[in-house]
Amino acid sequence: MRIRKSVAGTTDKVEMQMTPMIDIVFQLLVFFVMSFKIVEVEGDFNVKMPAAAPSEGPPTETFPITVRLEADAQGKLAGIRVGGKGLASFQALHLEIRSLLGDDRGPGSFAESAEVELDVDYNLKYEYVVHAITAISGYIDEQGNIVKLIEKLKFAPPKKPPS
Amino acid sequence: MAKRKKFDVTAEGDMTPMIDMTFQLIAFFMVLLNFGEAEHTEEIKLPKSALAKPPDAPLVSPLVLNLTDQGTVLFNGEYLPIKALRQPLAVEKALLQASNKSPADATVVIRAHRDTPAGVVQELIQECQDNSFERFALRVLQSQETEP
Repeated sequence: MRIRKSVAGTTDKVEMQMTPMIDIVFQLLVFFVMSFKIVEVEGDFNVKMPAAAPSEGPPTETFPITVRLEADAQGKLAGIRVGGKGLASFQALHLEIRSLLGDDRGPGSFAESAEVELDVDYNLKYEYVVHAITAISGYIDEQGNIVKLIEKLKFAPPKKPPS
Repeated sequence: MAKRKKFDVTAEGDMTPMIDMTFQLIAFFMVLLNFGEAEHTEEIKLPKSALAKPPDAPLVSPLVLNLTDQGTVLFNGEYLPIKALRQPLAVEKALLQASNKSPADATVVIRAHRDTPAGVVQELIQECQDNSFERFALRVLQSQETEP
């Protein structure tokens, strides 16, 4: 049997074909770059609104604070009213709610049981409703913590669309 | 005259750093790719609120309803008027009851366009209430801009 002589100082190098792998890798990269989308953080305002039915629990002692939002013909905000009192902005609404609630925030306080009924015009843009809910439901303090005000929300029966 | 030997001179670049970087980029984009947001549509521009925080725990049996500014609801890839939602909502209710859940425990996530008339949002809520849904999550974008 002949034994192959190996040439001294030479090494057999097996070269891998890189081209197909790089092709695929770039295709993958292009796919992920194209489908990339910056996701904006979304949050919820949780509202529990059962259909109008006789309530099972004891009747509530407090009447809801009625917040009236009026719209102009274009659906923009035309006025804010709390119990008949006109307010100029959502900031004023926020301050009004805070003054109504006072400083008592503990269990059994008025703030805990208070409820707001939103009475909005049919054609008012939804973003104004969200601004009103924001003004009613709380604020962010100096430390960046959310301080909750009124969490119980309900809507007045919807009005008829303007003809 | 001595004949000169011919040599093949090929310059090979080192591919390793490029492939390393490319794989890192792929990994980065793969991690950020969010397939779970399939129910979100670009058409809906949500209103903004500073107080909106993402839920701490996943919602119980969420039912996502995308409400456009035209007053139609994007449901299962179809644009339906609110009145036409009665049947799909009844089906959802039946499915929940079949799995021993109550529609009152499910959360209806309302993703309404910011220009939608508030009355239309109320009509949608009422339609859901008629099918015994009680919990609603009004979805908004988290933002520091609060007043228009």
